[in-house]
Amino acid sequence: MTIRNFTRREFLRDTAATGGAAAIAGSGGKAWAVPAAADPPVPTQHRVTIRLNGTERALQLDPRTSLLDALREQLYLTGTKKGCDMGACGACTVLLDGKRVNACLVLAARLDGREVKTIEGLADGDQLHPLQAAFIEHDGFQCGYCTPGQIMSAAGLLNEGRPLDEHSIREWMSGNICRCGAYPNIVSAIRQASGRA
Amino acid sequence: MIPITTASRVDGRLKVTGGARYAAEFAPAQDNVLHAVLVQSTIAAGRVASIDTARAKQVPGVVAIMTHENAPRIDLGKAGDMTPGFPLLQDDRVMFNGQHLAVAIATSFEAAQQAAQLVELHYNRDEATLLMSDNPTGTSVPQRFRNGMRPPASTRGTPQASFDAAAVKIDQIYRTPIEHHNPMEPHATLAEWQGDRLLVHNASQSVFGNRKALAGFFGLPEDNVRIVSPFVGGGFGSKGVSWPHITLAAMAAKLVGQPVKLVLTRRQMFTSNGYRPKTVQHVRLGADRDGRLTAVLHDGISQNSAYGEFSEPVGLASEMLYSCPNVAVTHRLSKVNQGLPTFMRAPGEASGVYALESAMDELAWALGMDPIELRLKNYADRDEHEDKPFSSKTLRACYEQGAAAFDWKRRVAQPRSMRDGRLLIGLGMATATYPVNRSEAAAKVRLQADGTAIVRCGSQDIGTGTYTVMAQLVGEHLGLPLDRVRAELGDTALPQAPVSGGSQSVASISPAIREACLAVRAQTLQLAAGDPASPLHGLDPEELDVADGRILQSAEKSRGETYQALLARQGRAAIEADGSAKPGEEKQKFSMHSFGAQFVEVAVDPDLGEVRVRRHVGAFAAGRIMNAKTGRSQMIGGIVFGMGMALTEATEVDPRSGRVTNATMADYLVPVHLDVPEIEVIMVAEQDDAVNPLGAKGIGELPTVGTAAAIANAVYHATGQRIRDLPIRPDKLIDGLSI
Repeated sequence: MTIRNFTRREFLRDTAATGGAAAIAGSGGKAWAVPAAADPPVPTQHRVTIRLNGTERALQLDPRTSLLDALREQLYLTGTKKGCDMGACGACTVLLDGKRVNACLVLAARLDGREVKTIEGLADGDQLHPLQAAFIEHDGFQCGYCTPGQIMSAAGLLNEGRPLDEHSIREWMSGNICRCGAYPNIVSAIRQASGRA
Repeated sequence: MIPITTASRVDGRLKVTGGARYAAEFAPAQDNVLHAVLVQSTIAAGRVASIDTARAKQVPGVVAIMTHENAPRIDLGKAGDMTPGFPLLQDDRVMFNGQHLAVAIATSFEAAQQAAQLVELHYNRDEATLLMSDNPTGTSVPQRFRNGMRPPASTRGTPQASFDAAAVKIDQIYRTPIEHHNPMEPHATLAEWQGDRLLVHNASQSVFGNRKALAGFFGLPEDNVRIVSPFVGGGFGSKGVSWPHITLAAMAAKLVGQPVKLVLTRRQMFTSNGYRPKTVQHVRLGADRDGRLTAVLHDGISQNSAYGEFSEPVGLASEMLYSCPNVAVTHRLSKVNQGLPTFMRAPGEASGVYALESAMDELAWALGMDPIELRLKNYADRDEHEDKPFSSKTLRACYEQGAAAFDWKRRVAQPRSMRDGRLLIGLGMATATYPVNRSEAAAKVRLQADGTAIVRCGSQDIGTGTYTVMAQLVGEHLGLPLDRVRAELGDTALPQAPVSGGSQSVASISPAIREACLAVRAQTLQLAAGDPASPLHGLDPEELDVADGRILQSAEKSRGETYQALLARQGRAAIEADGSAKPGEEKQKFSMHSFGAQFVEVAVDPDLGEVRVRRHVGAFAAGRIMNAKTGRSQMIGGIVFGMGMALTEATEVDPRSGRVTNATMADYLVPVHLDVPEIEVIMVAEQDDAVNPLGAKGIGELPTVGTAAAIANAVYHATGQRIRDLPIRPDKLIDGLSI
C-alpha cells in the first residue's frame, strides 16, 4: 500500500475525470465556467472500505465526496470540522495511515483499504488521550471549533520525530489556525503532552 | 480542591472529544435534510436580466433552484432595525459583488454545489461605486448612529481655535482596511418547518435576535420560531445580526417542504456576513510645551453599503480617554457597492484607538516626552464628555504594572537605536479602553432531587466561557461542585438573554442567574428549617448556609443534611426559581469603562521589512474576573486578534469589479501559531460596586483595543517610520529601510 498525500494536481485530475471540474471552480455561476454543451453528468457510486478508528466501514460514495464530507455527512462523525474546505485552515486534520492530512483535500473514494483516525477515535474509552487532557488543563481552546484539528495535528506531530521545543511546535502547528487566538495555551498543552513541559 | 475561579471549562471534554455539536452537525428527526448552496453575483451593481436554471435542474439530486422569481415572499418590515433586509431574493437588484442571487437545493452537498455552478445569470449592469471617499466630499452623516441613541458628532470647548493656537500640533490621516471576522466555524443554518412552526439550528451570537428576525420575515408569532445554538465556533461579531442566509435557508425549506441545511463557504463568508469597514481618520492633537492636551479633533469616515447603514464609531474613545477642554468628534459615511459592514471585535475602539494612540505617540515624539508620561499628564479622572465620574478606573495601575512587567525603562528613546544582531528592535505602548455594556436578561435555576442543579439561560457561548461562568455561579451560590451543575444555553426555549456582543454577556446574565440561585437557596433553607425530620429543624434560615452539596448550620457545620435527603423527605422532584435582572440607574450616574495598557516589543528585518512581534504584555483592569483561566485565554485571544489587525489582515477588493480578491484563509492572513510569541496578561485588581451586582465589566473586546497602535508605535521606534495605514506589511516599510 502506498502511503502518500494527494497533490492539488491529482485532486484536479481526479475530480475532472468524474466530470465535476466546474464544481470546484469557485462560486459565481457564470456560464463561461461551464464546459460548453456538457450535460450534467451522473456520478457513479464508488464502494470503498476504510478502517475508521479501528473499525472497518464500508461506504458507497459519490466520487466527488471528500473524506471530510464522508465523515460528517455520511458517517455522522462530526468531530472533524469543516473550516475552509480548501486546505488552508487545518480544522479538518485527521490521521491517514498515521500521518496528518487535511480531510477536505482527500477524496474518500480513493481510500479503499486505508486507515483513518479522527478525534472520536483518539481517547481510550473514557480515558482521554494525554493531548486531550492537556488541552483542557491549559485551556487550549475557546470556541472549540479548531480543537479537533489542533489535537489531531498535534497527535501527528508527536509521531514525526521532530524536536518539540516551543519554536518547533509553533512552526509545525502553523497549518492549524485558531481564530480565538489560543495559540500560547495550545503550545503549552502540546509541550505537556509530549512530556517536555 | 481547585479554587472555583480557575476552573477548567465545563464544556472542555465535549470540545476535545469532538462531542460538541455545532449548527451544521444536527440532523432533523427524519433523515431527509436537503443541502443548499448559494449562488452569488459576479457584478457589483445592476439588475438580474434573466436566470437560466435549466441545466442546473438536470443535475441528479437537484430538488429546486430558488431565485427571486420563485422565492417565497416575506415581510421586510417587521424583522427589527438591526436585521439586514437585503439581499433576500425579493427583487432583481444587484448592489454588490458576491450578493446572493439564487439557492441550489439538492439531496447531497455535491449535487447542490454542481447545480449552483450551472445556474446561468445574465445582468443589466449599472455603474458601480467601488472606492470610498478619502475626504468628507461625497460622504454623508449617519442617520442612525449608535442605533439613534446619540448624535454622530460632538463638540466641547473651542477645538478648532485651540488647535490653531497650539504650541505643538499633530495633524495626520490614519487608515484602516476592511477586515473580516473569519470565525473558524462557517455560518450555518439548518431550517425545518413543522406546519407553521419553524425550528432553526443556527450558528448564532443572538438566538433571540434570530427569532425576532425570522418571526418578522415570515409573519409568525415569536413563539412559533425556535432557534437552537448550543455551540458556536467563534463569532467576533459576525454572527450577531440575522444575516440573509439564515432567512434564505428557512425560505428554501418552505419552498421544498423539507428541512434544508445551508452552510456558507469560506469564500462566501467574505460577502455574506458583514465586516469591519474601511476607515479614513483625520486626527489632530494640540498641546502646550509641557504636554498638556489643548485640543483633540477626530474626524472619521467609514465605508458603508449602498443599502442599509452601519457606522464605525471610531471617535467615541477620543471623547473621553484624555483630559482636554477642547474636543470635537465627527462620524461620516461613504457609500460603496459592497455588502453591509457590521460589528467586529471592539467596533469603533479597535480602529479609532489605533488612530488616537498612534497620534499620541507622535505627540510624545514631538514633545520629546516618554509616551507613558504624556498619557499620565493627560489622565482623565472623570469622563469629561459625559461629565460624570467613572464607576471605576484603574488605568494608572495598568500603566505601572504593565511597564514593570515589560521592563519599559530599558527602552532607549531614540528610534533605530536598539538592535539584536541585524534586527531592528522597537518597544511601543498604547492605551486600551472599552465601554461596559449590559442588557436585561432572565434565567432559571433548578435544584434536583438527585443533588444536581440545572441553570438555564438563553445566552450563547461563542468560546467566551459562558457555560462555565453559568455553572460557577450556581456552584458558588448553592454550594455545589461544578460536575453537579449542568448549564443550558443557546436556545430560545430558555429564558431570554441578550446578544453575545459588546462584552456584555457576563454582566447581563450573571445578576439574573444569581437572583434565581438566591431564590432557590432561600426556599431550600426554609424547607429544611421547617421540616421536623431535618437536623436543621427549628433554626432560623438566617443561621443556615450551603456547602459541598449540603445545607448546614453556619455556626456548626457538621450539623446538616444533603439536598437529596431533604428533597426525598419532602417528596419534591426539584426546587426551582426564576431570576431576572436589568440595568438600573448606574448608567445615568456613572461613566463605565474598562481600561488597559499594551506593551509590545517588535523585531524588524532591515532587509525584508518583516515585522515580528517578540513579546507582548497587556495589563487590564476590568472589574471582577469571573474565571481567571478562561479570562486569561480571552485576553490573550483579544491581543492576537489585534496582532492580525496590525500586521497582516486586510480584505482586498478589486477596484474594477468590486470582487474580494483574497477571500480564502490562505490569502486573508490571520495570525498562525508561528506569529504569536509569549503573551503576558496582567489582571489588575479592580473593585467596582456600581457597574452591576457582580462588579464584572467584560473582557471580550478590551484586549484587542490598543494592540495595533502599540505595534505601530513599536515599529516606529524600531525603524523611524510611522505607518499610518494598516496593516503594516513589509511593502510599506521596505523603501524607508534601505537607507
